[in-house]
Amino acid sequence: MREITYRQALNEALAEELERDPNVFLMGEEVAEYNGAYKVSQGLLERFGPKRIIDTPISENGFAGLGVGAAMVGLRPIIEFMTFSFSLVAFDQVVNNAPNMFTMSGGQFNIPITFRGPNGPAHQLGATHSHATEPIYANAPGLKVCTPATPRDAKGLLKTAVRDDNPVLVLEAELLYSSKGMVEPPDEELLIPLGEAEVKREGSDVSIICYAQTVRLALAVAAQLEDEDISAEIVDLRSIKPLDERAIFDSVAKTHRVVIVEQDRPFCGVGAEVCYRIQKNIFDELDAPIVRVSQEDVPMPYNERLEKAVLPNADKLIAAVKKVCYA
Amino acid sequence: MQRPEPRDEVEMLALMLLIRRFEERASQQYQAQKIGGFCHLYIGQEAVVVGAIAAVRDDDYVITAYRDHAHALARGTSADACMAELFGKETGCSRGLGGSMHFFDRSRHMYGGHAIVGAHVPLAAGMAFASKYRTEDRVTLCFFGDGAINQGSFHEALNLIALFKLPVVLICENNLFAMGTSVKRSTSLKQIVDRAEGYDIPGEIVDGMNFREVRDKLAEIVCSIRKDPHPAFVEIRTYRYRGHSMSDPASYRTKDELEKYRLDDPITRLRAQLTREGKLTNEKFDQIDKHAKETVLAAVKFAEKSPELPLERLYDYTYVNSVVAGVSPAKSKESAADTAATTR
Ligand SMILES: Cc1ncc(C[n+]2csc(CCOP(=O)(O)OP(=O)(O)O)c2C)c(N)n1
Repeated sequence: MREITYRQALNEALAEELERDPNVFLMGEEVAEYNGAYKVSQGLLERFGPKRIIDTPISENGFAGLGVGAAMVGLRPIIEFMTFSFSLVAFDQVVNNAPNMFTMSGGQFNIPITFRGPNGPAHQLGATHSHATEPIYANAPGLKVCTPATPRDAKGLLKTAVRDDNPVLVLEAELLYSSKGMVEPPDEELLIPLGEAEVKREGSDVSIICYAQTVRLALAVAAQLEDEDISAEIVDLRSIKPLDERAIFDSVAKTHRVVIVEQDRPFCGVGAEVCYRIQKNIFDELDAPIVRVSQEDVPMPYNERLEKAVLPNADKLIAAVKKVCYA
Repeated sequence: MQRPEPRDEVEMLALMLLIRRFEERASQQYQAQKIGGFCHLYIGQEAVVVGAIAAVRDDDYVITAYRDHAHALARGTSADACMAELFGKETGCSRGLGGSMHFFDRSRHMYGGHAIVGAHVPLAAGMAFASKYRTEDRVTLCFFGDGAINQGSFHEALNLIALFKLPVVLICENNLFAMGTSVKRSTSLKQIVDRAEGYDIPGEIVDGMNFREVRDKLAEIVCSIRKDPHPAFVEIRTYRYRGHSMSDPASYRTKDELEKYRLDDPITRLRAQLTREGKLTNEKFDQIDKHAKETVLAAVKFAEKSPELPLERLYDYTYVNSVVAGVSPAKSKESAADTAATTR
């Protein structure tokens, strides 16, 4: 194992998959000559050439659709959105064309495409640039959605996504690109299954269910709670869809108390679905009502103080944990 | 470069007749409530798709919008599979999961049947991108209506197609109306073909009631694309005799206008040309027509007695089973389908 950044991990995943399969290509705005808006595709143009690393005009619907069409005839496109906030102008391609094709064609056309890019609120980018799109896309049958929180997960999930024969969205965490973590050396194949959560920290008093940018927050809070004799188990969903129910239920059966901390908005958010499934399937295991910590239900303000107030934070999470623990 | 063997014109006439008889029968079956949803008929436009198909190879890519029955039939999908799709049966060309607007036939390179206006033009760009990526000399035929040319996806795709010099023939089937909106009321151009100019794509206007003109023009374009990949645009002027869909009485246009086009009917026209040249007798024509009618009637019978997809297989067509090598299947948890099915 060695320590690399989240950005490097994604870059390695791209390079390895491009190397492995000539049908894989990377397309998006500024991915080639500029080396990526967030430098995730650094050096790839030089290494793989302009046939496979392709800059596009600012036409998200156009190039997302181009990817779907190329996938229909056997290529394996990786389509980068500069951020998933911009994927909204390609919504029709991502939601109507990519996942529906397999059904509508009676199983004749599966779409092996990866849509990837940063997702979720970053820092003071305002309402248009701060969308957490995971609940929107997870609502579309036929799509798979994953949300890596660490460099290791980023690499392993992206590689698996590229090899999956269905449309997969890899929602990277904008704020984590420079974060570091331990990852297997490049000569060891690292593939992480879609639909497998990971317990990032064992605990016995409360399950904190989180993903993407909230994993770090949850881990920090867990360390703090230790001082107050509350042992928190951190369950990182890693994939939103398919959802690893077993891992969630196993943890809840152990702790009997649940807080869900999510980076999206509360209404019809990821936590609502997780919550529903827990109470539906293992209601008797619960010793307290489930509490969700999410964004406030407002368009993201630019003002720094207000933005902080909208986002989940340590105080909110600690308060939620204490509430379910009756502490 | 190799042009395909010229297709026998009597056969092409037979194909146009098959399409027309199929659509007439579909209309009747729709009224009998054997067909659900939206159903858009191609009657009047037959020379467009048949002329275009006559100009390409079987392995060229074809993609179109939702008025798609004819495109599948022209590609060789059986009337049985097409009618069964309209009936929602498992034997349909999309297993009864697509319906009238979503006909697919992979083995015949028919890539749909797309019902969001303009949304398939980027897909055509991708298919042509793949041909170029693999240095194949395939051409993609992308059909769309006059209503599609004001859609963002259309414009984005045209720019990409031109920028990347992709081997696509953009075929605008200009039947003068998008539902009830005439081109005059929708489009800020004197003629649709001028759209192509804005993207530096060569464009031409073709008489869509004349099979030979469509075929010859397309053959010429396709031949030049095979030599050196590039896009082309054709505005093919045609007319639909029926309403936009089964529920549309088409009261936004005059009887006179319709009559004018009916007198220029593409089937009558090709028939007259062939008869004049001694290649077709009235007897032979009647025989072809009888065969077309029998084929579609048999297709109705086939569709009627075909089974529907069993309920137990509802979840089989949401995700393709994808086993990624190196990812332990024991660890990879149940699919979304399973979880949805078990916990709901
Ligand atoms: C994005 C979108 N908007 C609206 C519709 C509804 N609609 C279906 S067909 C149609 C008219 C399209 O006309 P045209 O493209 O000229 O094709 P034609 O019907 O003449 O074959 C409309 C408005 C749709 N299917 N998709």
